[in-house]
Amino acid sequence: MKDYILNFWQGLFTILIGMKVTFRHLFVPAVTIQYPTVKPQMPERERNRLYVNMDDCIGCDQCARACPVNCIEIDTVKSLPEEDLGKTSNGKKKALWVTTFNIDFAKCCYCQLCVFPCPTECIYMTDVYEFSEFKRENLLYDFVTLLPEERIQKKKNFEEMQARKEIEKVAAAKKAAEEKVAAQANKPAEPKPDSKEENKQ
Amino acid sequence: MMYDWLNNLTGSPILAMFIVSLLPLFVFILPFALFAVLMERKVSAHMQDRLGPMRTGYHGILQTIADIIKLLQKEDLVPTATDKTLFNFAPLLVFIGSYAAFAAIPFSGFFIGSKIDLGIIFIVGVTGLVVAGILMAGWASNNKYSLLGAMRSAAQIISYEIPTLLIILTIIMITGTLSLYDLSEMQTPYFWNWMILGGPAVGLQKILLIPLMIMGCLIIYTSTLAEVNRTPFDIPEAESELVSGYHTEYSGMKFAMFFLAEYANMFAVSAIVAVLFFGGYQSPFGYLGNLLGLKWLIPIEQFSWFTAKGLFFVFVQMWLRWTLPRFRVDQLMAFCWKYLIPFSFVILLLVGLITLI
Amino acid sequence: MSQYSIQNTKDSKLKTEEMVLNMGPQHPSTHGVLRLELKLDGEIILDVVPHIGYLHRCFEKHAEAMTYPQVIPYTDRMDYLASMYNEFGYALAMERLMKIEVPERVEYIRVIMGEFQRIASHLVALGTYGADIGAFTPFLFCFRDRERILHLFEITCGARLLYNYIWIGGVSHDLHPDFIRLAKEFIKDFRPNLKELNELLSYNRIFIERTANVGVLPVDTAINYGVSGPNLRASGMKWDLRRDDPYSVYHKFDYEIPIGSGEKGKTGDCWDRYFIRVREMEESLKIIEQALDTIPEGDVTSAIPKRVKPPEGQIYTRVENPRGELGYFIISDGSLNPARVKVRAPSFVTMQVFPELCKGFMVADVVAILGSIDIVLGEIDR
Repeated sequence: MKDYILNFWQGLFTILIGMKVTFRHLFVPAVTIQYPTVKPQMPERERNRLYVNMDDCIGCDQCARACPVNCIEIDTVKSLPEEDLGKTSNGKKKALWVTTFNIDFAKCCYCQLCVFPCPTECIYMTDVYEFSEFKRENLLYDFVTLLPEERIQKKKNFEEMQARKEIEKVAAAKKAAEEKVAAQANKPAEPKPDSKEENKQ
Repeated sequence: MMYDWLNNLTGSPILAMFIVSLLPLFVFILPFALFAVLMERKVSAHMQDRLGPMRTGYHGILQTIADIIKLLQKEDLVPTATDKTLFNFAPLLVFIGSYAAFAAIPFSGFFIGSKIDLGIIFIVGVTGLVVAGILMAGWASNNKYSLLGAMRSAAQIISYEIPTLLIILTIIMITGTLSLYDLSEMQTPYFWNWMILGGPAVGLQKILLIPLMIMGCLIIYTSTLAEVNRTPFDIPEAESELVSGYHTEYSGMKFAMFFLAEYANMFAVSAIVAVLFFGGYQSPFGYLGNLLGLKWLIPIEQFSWFTAKGLFFVFVQMWLRWTLPRFRVDQLMAFCWKYLIPFSFVILLLVGLITLI
Repeated sequence: MSQYSIQNTKDSKLKTEEMVLNMGPQHPSTHGVLRLELKLDGEIILDVVPHIGYLHRCFEKHAEAMTYPQVIPYTDRMDYLASMYNEFGYALAMERLMKIEVPERVEYIRVIMGEFQRIASHLVALGTYGADIGAFTPFLFCFRDRERILHLFEITCGARLLYNYIWIGGVSHDLHPDFIRLAKEFIKDFRPNLKELNELLSYNRIFIERTANVGVLPVDTAINYGVSGPNLRASGMKWDLRRDDPYSVYHKFDYEIPIGSGEKGKTGDCWDRYFIRVREMEESLKIIEQALDTIPEGDVTSAIPKRVKPPEGQIYTRVENPRGELGYFIISDGSLNPARVKVRAPSFVTMQVFPELCKGFMVADVVAILGSIDIVLGEIDR
């Protein structure tokens, strides 16, 4: 019987205490903000959408290798020796044309692992977090500043240079072979044991 | 009375009757339901340190209208494997059961829908129709979860009618009348005449009655809370256990009917508690109209007092909803049969003894 | 076992059938995508068969294709409510394998972050538990407090939920200059909020009726199944890896290990498991206060190796996750990628004991029991 009354009294009492807490909260100002009109302030180290400053990019591929989900795609083309690509902001001279630099933000996990290895600090995270798209393809961002024709042009230049180099190399090899044959023909006969000793040494 | 006044105005009793019966529905209940939905959302939000609807209208005033428009344009799904007659009829029964109770509630001294002598018993009887509606909804949905929810709800409502009736019996014993209009008239202005403070009796009777009346008020408030399926007794609509219980399968306007019926029911039971214990439409301090000598001001004041009391109890219902967790089914039944009913019997006996003094 | 006997239904002459109810993968109160097949007899549960695997993302296979530092974002995503601890366990395992000595400031930072993460994780567990039982308000109060912790994490490493902060050999950024001040303000504001949570939910009679004497886990059953963490402590056993198998600088702090005492019912029931988490939050506050006061200066990135190439070998390390004992077993074959990373997830082990807990109780209790053991499907399925 005592338990019964105690049960009942406790039930009533704890309910009233709970109601007091909720009633007090009626007068506490709200902790929420009205989002689209009022935006919260982002801290400085915030990790949102990436940005690549192509003027500083030397095409070293470190960020693509550091990415755990392989969302960065980089293609580079060696530049011709006489072209001047300019310097990066910390003084390095660029030697590669970057023809493809795609980041797929649908895959990116915003982990910041690509920011640390960059030697020129050209890839970094901005404070943009409202970049939803209707189509998934629109999330594939292309950062390269060269026009499409220029990219094809650079590649062609490089291939032509390669081709020329090949031809030169073949010509040089042929010439070297001819010279060697000519030299062989002009060389006097040498005693064999001496050459064997030299070889042994 | 309103009926007589309208009769004199229009000259035809039928027209007067129509207007009198439709008046509570359109002028009071529907706007109240709209307001109550918004109030619930705003009250719950402020209790939880947030703001609630803010974008529709100024601070979200037009939110319910937006909800109604949305529900109106939804597709009215009727699953194929259901019993179509029952499925379509169930929301109507629930709606009727809730709204018909308003015919006998005294809104003010001037207006009462129907001045029947059986006032309170009529209300309890008509709200019993809701049980049939819920069972039909649960069965016709052809869904295990809905059936479980409906059966629990039926058991709950029927069990909790007993303490309600016992406390009503207590009040009837003291006052000797069933009609709600006479009950309100007995609790003449000045709050010490209210039933919760002992009623119009004087002397020793009144002092002895006060603790029993307070207990009685708590019991009837709790059991009517269970009748309208509000937390902590909202097993039938427990969202996290049964995904909405007996009205899972309803969409569009039928769902809106269940929804609005719930809010109307909430007001009906708050009104009953207010009438039985807190003086109905009487003001606690006397009337301004009496003071100023303007007789026509009195009904308006009475109506506003009635609405204020009703709204206060609705607010307490919402307050309880957002504070308390939910009971389990067997605990709910145990609470009714092992705690509320014995207490109600004891109160009945004691009040009976006291009235003999 | 429960007080509901199923003997009556078995002996009676009525023919009853077992009903199979499916609490499907999408359900408001299974914490994640978990499918529970309940075999019922009326309202009483005869058996529960959990079906997992809906969130399997092949973490262990991915880890074999990544380099060691690249695995860290993947470890975050296993138990997404306690990411700092996942990273902590992995970094600890790798440091023991490679025999790296980290600066003391790093150890203190890791302990502070880990304990804040413990508080955040327990707040989610308590808030969602209240919401399952039907009390919707404590959920929002818990999340309001958790927002402040997530803000602390945000100013340090930039992310709110999946951090990539604790690296092999150190941490990625040093503490933000405002961190200590904001953390101390949070602690000052949080203690009264805990008291309020207790008033609102823990001592509420209806809540106690719902959770006491429900889902009792006896201590020997818990040990036999391998349950650890708050679930084991609630059953009465004083076992905490921070004290019994110490790692990092936990031995320098003074804190208690709360155990369940059957205050409102039997020892090891749902209320005990719930209240243990409330008390653990208080103890974490103590640890954080002591750590913030005694944190030494130092360089946090000095011990991070340029290339992580551990020697051949294998190692198993365990840490005290907010959910139990989180273990990492790493096999390295001397190259840049791990040969095998196996994770011993505490929720996976706790899920095994769940059918045992539910037998004999009612359907409404399933929700209460599932919420009290605090599982995260990301950890179970990896």
